[in-house]
Amino acid sequence: MKNKNTKIIIMSGYGLNCEEETKFAFDKAGGSANIVHINDLIKEPKMLLNYQILVFPGGFSYGDDTGSGKAYANKFKKHLAKELEAFVSRDTLLIGICNGFQIITNLGLLPGGLMHNKSAQYIDRWVDLEMPARPKRSGGGEVSPWLTDIKKISLPIAHGEGRYVIESEQYKEMKRTGQIAFVYTKGEICKFQNLKANPNGAMHDIAGVLGYNGRVLGLMPHPERGMFFHHRPDWQLQKELYKRKGKNLPKEGPGFQIFKNAINYFKK
Amino acid sequence: MISRIYITPNGKDSRAELYQKSFNSLDISDKVTSIYLADSYLVDAKLSKGELSQASAALTNSKIEKSSINVLPPVGNFSFICEIGFLPGVTDNVGHTAIEEISDVIRRKFTATEAVYTSRLFFISGKLSEQDIEKIAYSLHNPLIERFGITKKSAIKNNTLPLVVPQVKLPKKIPVIKVSLDVSDEELIKIGKEGILDPRPNGSSGRADNTRRGPLALDLESMKIIQGFFKKLKRSPTDIELESLAQTWSEHCKHTIFANSIDDIKDGLYKTYIKGATNRIRKDKGKKDFCISVFSDNAGGIIFDKDHIVTHKVETHNSPSALDPFGGAITGIVGVNRDTIGFGMGAKPVGNTFGFCFGYPRPNASPTGSSGRADDRRALFRDKELTQKMLPPKRIIDGVIRGVNVGGNCSGIPTVSGFARYDDRFRAKPLVFVGTVGLSPRKINGKLAHQKEAKAGDYIVVVGGKVGADGIHGATFSSVAMDSSSPATAVQIGDPITQKKLSDVIVKEARNLGLYHSITDNGAGGISCSVAEMAKECGGAIVDIEKVPLKYPGLSPWQIWISESQERMTLAVPKGKWKEFNDLMESHGVLAVRIGEFNNSKNCIVKHKGKVIMNMPMEFLHNGLPKRSLQTEAKIKNLSNPTLPKEIDRTKYLEALLKTGNIGSFAWMSEQYDHEVQAGSVVKPQSGRGRLNTDAQVIRPLLSSDKGVVLSASLYPSYSDIDTYHMAAASIDTAIRNAVASGASLENLAILDNFCWCSSYDQSRLAELVGAVRACYDYAVGYGTPFISGKDSMFNDFKGYDEKGNPVAISIPPTLLISAIGVIPDITKSVTPEFKVEGDLVYVLGETNDELGASEYFKLLSKDDITRIGRDVPRVDWKKNKKIYQALEKAIAKGLVASSISVTSGGLAVALAKASLGGMLGATLSLKKLPGAFTSSDAALFSESQGRIIVSVTKKNKSSFEKTMKGIPYDILGSVSKSKKFIITDKKGKKIVSTDIEKLKDTYHSFSNKMK
Repeated sequence: MKNKNTKIIIMSGYGLNCEEETKFAFDKAGGSANIVHINDLIKEPKMLLNYQILVFPGGFSYGDDTGSGKAYANKFKKHLAKELEAFVSRDTLLIGICNGFQIITNLGLLPGGLMHNKSAQYIDRWVDLEMPARPKRSGGGEVSPWLTDIKKISLPIAHGEGRYVIESEQYKEMKRTGQIAFVYTKGEICKFQNLKANPNGAMHDIAGVLGYNGRVLGLMPHPERGMFFHHRPDWQLQKELYKRKGKNLPKEGPGFQIFKNAINYFKK
Repeated sequence: MISRIYITPNGKDSRAELYQKSFNSLDISDKVTSIYLADSYLVDAKLSKGELSQASAALTNSKIEKSSINVLPPVGNFSFICEIGFLPGVTDNVGHTAIEEISDVIRRKFTATEAVYTSRLFFISGKLSEQDIEKIAYSLHNPLIERFGITKKSAIKNNTLPLVVPQVKLPKKIPVIKVSLDVSDEELIKIGKEGILDPRPNGSSGRADNTRRGPLALDLESMKIIQGFFKKLKRSPTDIELESLAQTWSEHCKHTIFANSIDDIKDGLYKTYIKGATNRIRKDKGKKDFCISVFSDNAGGIIFDKDHIVTHKVETHNSPSALDPFGGAITGIVGVNRDTIGFGMGAKPVGNTFGFCFGYPRPNASPTGSSGRADDRRALFRDKELTQKMLPPKRIIDGVIRGVNVGGNCSGIPTVSGFARYDDRFRAKPLVFVGTVGLSPRKINGKLAHQKEAKAGDYIVVVGGKVGADGIHGATFSSVAMDSSSPATAVQIGDPITQKKLSDVIVKEARNLGLYHSITDNGAGGISCSVAEMAKECGGAIVDIEKVPLKYPGLSPWQIWISESQERMTLAVPKGKWKEFNDLMESHGVLAVRIGEFNNSKNCIVKHKGKVIMNMPMEFLHNGLPKRSLQTEAKIKNLSNPTLPKEIDRTKYLEALLKTGNIGSFAWMSEQYDHEVQAGSVVKPQSGRGRLNTDAQVIRPLLSSDKGVVLSASLYPSYSDIDTYHMAAASIDTAIRNAVASGASLENLAILDNFCWCSSYDQSRLAELVGAVRACYDYAVGYGTPFISGKDSMFNDFKGYDEKGNPVAISIPPTLLISAIGVIPDITKSVTPEFKVEGDLVYVLGETNDELGASEYFKLLSKDDITRIGRDVPRVDWKKNKKIYQALEKAIAKGLVASSISVTSGGLAVALAKASLGGMLGATLSLKKLPGAFTSSDAALFSESQGRIIVSVTKKNKSSFEKTMKGIPYDILGSVSKSKKFIITDKKGKKIVSTDIEKLKDTYHSFSNKMK
């Protein structure tokens, strides 16, 4: 679908809380994002037809009470199941970030689930991610539109329930079909701060998952919190190194590519 | 009909493993062999079988969980089940969400009598004695808010746990009583101290059973004034009138110690010195004044840019956190968030700050591990009968951290800034500081956003949560010392999600639509205070108390009026906007109720079912309390120095300091707090390869702007053991220095004061208070940094008993927290504390003097014996320091500084070690030309002389940097090296510190790692 003005709908309400910065990232990447309260969407479900990208941002919907993402997904399913199905069967993109990832696994859009971190504690830090080698898919594009030009990426996480779990049969299937978006790895930030690669005990080190031919992405890390260069934990050191080389400090952070990719998908 | 839904995780549960470990660490010799966890939902509602299974399905994520209804879940082997749930009436957030989820699937709302009660089940196997189980129970629950049940496997009937709900059942009471004040002074004192005598319920005969309703915290003088007032009216006050006066007149609300005259200071401390300083600074600044709203609102506001205001407010929530650390802390943080939402027409919270003062956690984290106060392991009790045990510091620490964690994280507000301090005098009364920074437009629909005014005729609207008995007497409770009469109902539990919904709809929508005239937070004193405060704006109010929505039936009007149930704000909504306002609230799932009307009657009137039960002139309510004059009398202290080490090498002392909680890392806290939400993170809580905790943090609250906000804080409670004037001066100097060192400018820096004092009616404590407040004036004016907001908590004393029933009294050291907030034009100019590149020159700015009194070093040497912490407390010379800070500002603005760290607790050696381990780069340093009048290596390394900063500068910038530093005392100490060695030599060139950065880093993180 060719489109000059890509429209993004970002869900809000009941404790989701990353909608504003996520909107900022999509707008900055050239899109036109609207924040819509779930109750307003329930009142007017047809509005989904106007959008190309649906976003479940991070947050603490319902305070994680009764299980992270569960209550919000229940509400969405109860009132908007048909519209959601129609949305993903169009040539659209959908992303669930952190709590959004927990919501879309509860919605059944992606396999697996997210449980309490191995440490049983909430954790905020940066992680390094790597795309696993993916098999060529017959017919379709090889890589998810979300992940164009990304091989390695470092992003922040902040969650208490981010340990991805998956049954072994399903895991094999995911590997075969290239549904694993990211795995945690020991890259530049982990080396910089001497951190272990897998922050939460996720099975097979899985941090992000794809569905619907790569058009649906769910991930625990927050790309919007890595959209600026000054978000990086090592930016102050980099600043000195750039300065001494007589170079300007970059403005964009690693996470911004994901938003650009999404907007570019509709420009092609 | 009552049913129980059990939910268990599929597969391995990481929480169960951790619980098993923690149970076995309780000294029960590894008897616990396995644990399974399950969640239980007791559903008390009329549901069909089908609906019940729908409900169960909604509560289960079938991919990772399984559920069963009225049948125990098929977990492995177990010996008994522990059930932990809330006591009746305590906020059950998960239960509320479950109700919403179930209502949604069954497509009908729960009735007022239907409810869901959640609890957590531990299926435990192992041969445990009664005592072992008691230990586990004690580690798992807080009897003030939670219930604990044990069911042995053999006692289980019908393969399910009992179906009994913890419903609140309040006895029938006479709704309103008259309280005769025509009584003896003795009885007046009793009413003031212990509360109104409860009459017997209807039908029973004879005198009341002598239970009192809890402290009014009104002394005889106040009681006499009230007595006289009602005598003139020729009637007795009702209970609600008396309770209302007690709330409004409380120390917590009226700050009488700061307001009353003291010695020859006629206008009182606040007006003369705090507000006095701000007024003078604003006048001096003239056109450069950046203050917008100071002291008059829920938070203080300064200019962010031409279109925005940035606000800051820091609160304490000490007493509740001592009793229920989690509930106390979460209530504190969500409460100060509401102060932001209630600033002007509403500001959006963009950053939280925290500061904790705790007792040393036992057993292995004490700094010295030997005798003296630093090894206070006594169990403490609130009552002589030894039934009300105080929580040990570790429990308080864990609970408080979790409270701030859940409060901040769930609200989507980054917790950007914080610190922790340890002293055993905080063990019974911890200090829990919580702050919130907010952002508001300067104008909304053409009107100044920081101004508001309820108008006569506006509806009084309460939005947010419902009211229960929780938090009754919070304002009066925090105004007295803690003992066995401290009411447990003073503890509340915040619900961040209810508040998040409320915050979003107010700050992001209703505010900009102009749907209300005024807004304020419901904090201490509940609606009794918020309505009375707002009524000042228009001149009166009338409330129909029965319209206030309740959590459960049976509350008396006085309880409803003063309850501090959380997540509520009061608004003045014009009649013509009510429908639009209410529709908006409904569409966002937020409860809004009209409870009355503002008017200009000059009275505050409360009606109950049409009958007037309170009729109080606004004038008496707000200004009736007696003025007093306070007297001070200073006490002389007899102090000596500790014995200094004989050997030359000081490495082991440096390492011992890095190991203390006061200096070492608190990474374990920082990592639990979401500091990156809202995507404004610039200088994070930890920095560099070595993950050094930063002394100041920078956020970018408006992503479309390059401007940033710098936040820092400082306190030196130990300095009060020598002199409170210098304690306050050092707190101000350090907060400012921390901010400037990371890029703030004195021109654009404001400060906040939080006084946490003890025994404030004691004349020597008052003398110490006057000293500290005088310093506040001198240094704020000296630096030109205005106070924009402040708060005090004056009675941080514990009176109780030790294990043997001997009376124990513990008072905190007088503490002043200074928080600084500054706006910077370009976030990329900010600087972090750790060394960046090898070869860089290491400079010290400022002078080092023999000022080891009450330093971390002397505390270490004296093993915290306060008579041997020395006399020479650091003294601040603001004239000298101001020049240093201004020079540093210039150097940072020119981009000449690679790293910059403020020298604080632990002195020069600690600051150098932190810069080194933060960058994981070694350094070779000499004290040969160290500026200052110090006379020993001990002072050179560990003196806490104020006004000093360590910066690193690339050699290329040497001359331009030194040019900028012209006229201030500085010296090059050495350089950053690629080697891992960290070496300091003394005046004669002898090595006095020699170690390596790996060791330093591990030592620095050792306290935090132990606390994980």
